[in-house]
Amino acid sequence: MQTITRQTLLDKAVSLLNSGAVTCVLGWKKGEFDYDITPAIFRSAEDLEANFVWNDFCGANFSKYLVAKTDRLDGKMLVFLKPCDTYSFNQLLTEHRFDREKVYAVGIPCEGMADIAKIKAITGDGISSIACDEKISVTTLYADAPVVIDSKDVLLERCENCKSKKHVAYDELLCEEGETIDSNRFDEVARLEAMTPDERFAFWQNELSRCIRCNACRDACPACTCEKCVFDNPKSGVENKAPANSFEEKLFHIIRAYHVAGRCTDCGECSRVCPQNIPLHLLNRKFIKDINEFYGEYQAGEEVGSRAPLVNYTQDDIEPGDVFNRGGDNNA
Amino acid sequence: MQVKEFKPLIVAFCCNWCSYAGADLAGNNRLNYPADVKIIRVPCSCRVNPMFILRAFQRGADGVIICGCHPGDCHYTSGNYYTRRRMATLFSMLDFLGIERERTRLEWVSAAEGAKFAATMNDFVEQVTALGENKRLEDLRCKR
Ligand code: SF4
Ligand code: SF4
Ligand code: FES
Repeated sequence: MQTITRQTLLDKAVSLLNSGAVTCVLGWKKGEFDYDITPAIFRSAEDLEANFVWNDFCGANFSKYLVAKTDRLDGKMLVFLKPCDTYSFNQLLTEHRFDREKVYAVGIPCEGMADIAKIKAITGDGISSIACDEKISVTTLYADAPVVIDSKDVLLERCENCKSKKHVAYDELLCEEGETIDSNRFDEVARLEAMTPDERFAFWQNELSRCIRCNACRDACPACTCEKCVFDNPKSGVENKAPANSFEEKLFHIIRAYHVAGRCTDCGECSRVCPQNIPLHLLNRKFIKDINEFYGEYQAGEEVGSRAPLVNYTQDDIEPGDVFNRGGDNNA
Repeated sequence: MQVKEFKPLIVAFCCNWCSYAGADLAGNNRLNYPADVKIIRVPCSCRVNPMFILRAFQRGADGVIICGCHPGDCHYTSGNYYTRRRMATLFSMLDFLGIERERTRLEWVSAAEGAKFAATMNDFVEQVTALGENKRLEDLRCKR
């Protein structure tokens, strides 16, 4: 359950809109189903009253939308940011991807968002409606009574391992200032590192071969904002899923993760949007973990203007050949 | 049936200013290294991006080695420092995916180190020969 109510957000949005402080609002609205809440732009109080949604399925990170949506905007856009979203917000500012002046950022608290895959694992398919109150109650076509689930039991992976409840950017905060959290987000990476190379290869082969190359992970990623992406090049040979060939999927996943290495804030959008439930965050976190170990702790998006580790260096950085000789888990 | 002896195909990216000259020197001094090493000359070791390396594997390489000027000696001052960070993270990622870590290497070879160039290549070829064919990063579409 979310502590802040839809009404509070609605009142805020309507009052800013009516006062003329902002010309539009970037918020959430219902998608095709109750659980696929999608980002939307609202321009009137009526539209907001009728369609604005805030519940346990508002996982979408809005930061990236600011790049395209504020480009030719007159006036300001109101955007609601959860703590993790603010890191992406800062990272995009660092990279000069949108104009800060055009945005009015309102920080909102977040109790963690629900993972529909975990809900479906409990209720089965055929979900006809979902109501979010203190608990989440799910009505399906096949059961007589709704299934009631505690949102804490079905959190998104990224929320289970939430790294921060602190808003690192905002114009206005609708809650108390939060704290960063010492989460266990690298545990799974360490578990894989401790495996043998053969086991790791099998693990990733199994995960990556499910990829359908829908590109949703790239499209949702707030760090992937290139106007021309390598993977859209029809001459590349990797612009689609290649039948019966695992090279394409490996190249895509290595390069996608590499392109955001050092800039990835670990917001978890890639894994959230993947229709195949591939744990993409593990690739990103491997880079984050390595960067922390090789070059010192770095959190992308923590401050605007910080220099990303892969566009930086010192004269005595570790040699690639020594990376595997550090001992510990990685030395399997 | 006759079993063909496995000869690995090695792609060596060599920066123009040091390592390529080092390879040249190795040649001038009549130092031997296997002909299976195919050199690709790049302006600076930092010209090599991860895509180059994966592409080399895709097109049939069994090992990829990147050679550049010693740290501090890069013709463009700092190129090889970036290379070092990129390759450290990339190689570690390849390892994370279970791809043999012995298939990739970064070495610093100066224009005066013809002997080091030959020795490095001999050593690398031996190492990759022991691993055998590149299976984990092969692309069936590119098989000859
Ligand atoms: S995958 Fe790479 S090229 Fe494509 S949008 Fe992301 S960062 Fe840009
Ligand atoms: S979202 Fe999932 S299925 Fe789609 S391209 Fe990314 S990894 Fe593949
Ligand atoms: S010129 Fe040789 S590494 Fe940069």
